Amino acid sequence: MRVALFLTCVNDTLCPDTGRAVVKLLTRLGVDVDFPMDQTCCGQAHYNTGYRHEAEPLAEHFAKVFGEYEAIVTPSGSCGAMVRELYPRMGERARAEGRGDSLAVTLAPVVPRTYELTEFLVDVLGVTDVGAYYPHKVTYHPTCHGLRSLGLGDRPRRLLQAVEGLELVELPGAEECCGFGGTFAVKNSDVSAAMGADKVRSAESTGAQVLCAADNSCLMHIGGTMSRVGTGMRAVHLAEILASTREEPAA
Amino acid sequence: MSGTFIGMPAFPQAARASVHDATLRGNLRHATHTIRGKREQAVAEVADWAELREAGKRIKDHVLRHLDRYLVQLEESVTAAGGVVHWAADAEEANRIVARLVKETGEREVVKVKSMATQEIGLNEALQAEGIRAYETDLAELIVQLGRDRPSHILVPAIHRNRGEIRDIFTREMGEWGRPAPEGLTDSPAELAEAARLHLREKFLRAKVGISGANFMVAETGTLVVVESEGNGRMCLTLPETLISVVGIEKTVPSWRDLEVFLQTLPRSSTAERMNPYTSMWTGTRDEDGPRAFHLVLLDNGRTDTLADEVGRQALRCIRCSACLNVCPVYERAGGHAYGSVYPGPIGAILSPQLRGTRSEIDASLPYASSLCGACYEVCPVAIDIPEVLVHLRERVVEGGPVIREGNKVVLRPAKGHAAERAAMRAARWALTRPGALRTAQRLASRTRRLRPRTLPGPGRAWSGTRDLPPVPPEPFRDWWQRTRGGKDEAK
Repeated sequence: MRVALFLTCVNDTLCPDTGRAVVKLLTRLGVDVDFPMDQTCCGQAHYNTGYRHEAEPLAEHFAKVFGEYEAIVTPSGSCGAMVRELYPRMGERARAEGRGDSLAVTLAPVVPRTYELTEFLVDVLGVTDVGAYYPHKVTYHPTCHGLRSLGLGDRPRRLLQAVEGLELVELPGAEECCGFGGTFAVKNSDVSAAMGADKVRSAESTGAQVLCAADNSCLMHIGGTMSRVGTGMRAVHLAEILASTREEPAA
Repeated sequence: MSGTFIGMPAFPQAARASVHDATLRGNLRHATHTIRGKREQAVAEVADWAELREAGKRIKDHVLRHLDRYLVQLEESVTAAGGVVHWAADAEEANRIVARLVKETGEREVVKVKSMATQEIGLNEALQAEGIRAYETDLAELIVQLGRDRPSHILVPAIHRNRGEIRDIFTREMGEWGRPAPEGLTDSPAELAEAARLHLREKFLRAKVGISGANFMVAETGTLVVVESEGNGRMCLTLPETLISVVGIEKTVPSWRDLEVFLQTLPRSSTAERMNPYTSMWTGTRDEDGPRAFHLVLLDNGRTDTLADEVGRQALRCIRCSACLNVCPVYERAGGHAYGSVYPGPIGAILSPQLRGTRSEIDASLPYASSLCGACYEVCPVAIDIPEVLVHLRERVVEGGPVIREGNKVVLRPAKGHAAERAAMRAARWALTRPGALRTAQRLASRTRRLRPRTLPGPGRAWSGTRDLPPVPPEPFRDWWQRTRGGKDEAK
């Protein structure tokens, strides 16, 4: 199976550790993963801010870059949801605007082949114990698009529960949004910050050392709030926990 | 309602004040979390909830698709049952009709059933200008009216008030409007309810005109339905000689049987009750029972314009249950007043900019009053995809384009204040369709990483005011991938 890593523009630029963790993890599980160098951005920020027409060329670019792969794996619930949920909608809208089928036809092939990382592990590879070792107390925050758009369900939790040495503690109000929301974080910064502060308070109440999630955009907001208010906690991407082993433990 | 929404600041500014109001935050958090939990339980009890939700959606979509036909049928049924139907294109026309009907009775005061439509059109203020006093009789609406306040929730308009505040309002204001609050009133719920009961009772017994909205109108029979919890609504619907109902045209359902679906989904979604306590239904007039005269004012006020938008029209399915407000993390922190409309919360953020247009500052800011977390869509009993409509309306704000306003096709210009964002989005699109340009930008960021400040100036403060910036790595992933051939050449 030809598997491509769609890292996302944010991870590529700001969180290369997450990318390295995904490569390490998938390689360990016997997957030969490729990183198509021409990949850029799925267009989510454009689309969700109201610039659908600017997002269209980015979606077409995505389809061109990833079209030949049988599986496209991304460590981001929201970018995964962009492709799976919103690419078909973009095609429909273009059709409704009298611009024909071409966008829908271009985007269609990549839609069913795009998997969020935990879906790929659990559904495609059929594993929940990935042989990881992470001797820390961890709480898990399900990010909104992974939770509600993709329906990741208990996949991330099952993967975490199988990690050796990891103590998973429940996050109170876990399913409440952390307040990132893309441009919402700056357009409505007061509400966004208040939501972030509440999320950090809940996380602290668990006594965990690490808050983990499967989306670095949300983690940047949560982690940035944690470091500003001076908690002892860290925000870590799920992939980095799953990549960690006894031989090569994560920092 | 004595406050007004005209000239409201944009949502982010309005929300700033409420976010820092500790009492308000406490009141809202307590109330929304309580009802949120109860709703979840009440819905979980129903094995066929998903089917009911789908049925509700389909019934509403069917009605909206054939609204022209059903409205005419409704008019015929109501008329045949002894009622009089009036058509109001906008708020002004509706207010004019109601004021005239009240004046024709010779009365100077009316009692009101809790109604969103009459709030929407500012009926109380319009009647006051004509010398007619309107008394709100829903307990929470009474608190809002006595407090010269504005409603902040569809179902619980005084959700922003706690018991102590309500006691103070009753003690201070009740005497101005009628029977004063009892001496030594405390903040116990039973005492507060009794004070309201005594105050309202004299109004029920005296009033000759009642004004209501309706939750549903059955086209087949001309029956109107009001769903409420207190029984005060039923007093207003049955005691006065004249009843005037102002109802949005989208409240129509084809047949009596369709109520079966909504009378299950509405109470569980709104108050988390298995069955609604007071469900009043009336069909025209009866000799020697109930009002002698019944007037139905069918209100458009932007609904036909909304119906013309194929993405936005789903907002008209709304049955005003408030489940989306109670589950919304933004509403919980910003409070209802920040939405600058009688329709707050997620549904308000998609309804107000459609009913009123996006010309005002507040209406243009509402589509952004959401993190797009999707909790609202998940709980909506008629499956309104609120995030989808929010994004659609954002597009309308930034790109403009053709819309229907007051029945005419107009082309909206892009809203002001988005020029810099538009330029940035275009530039980003340009760079991101050229992988080389992205790489150049990433390398520049990595090389200058040590210059990165902890906080940003200007608009960047919106992020860095409360959150540290993430560190920029020494090299982007793609450079590592190329340098090490995907980690194969990396020194262990």
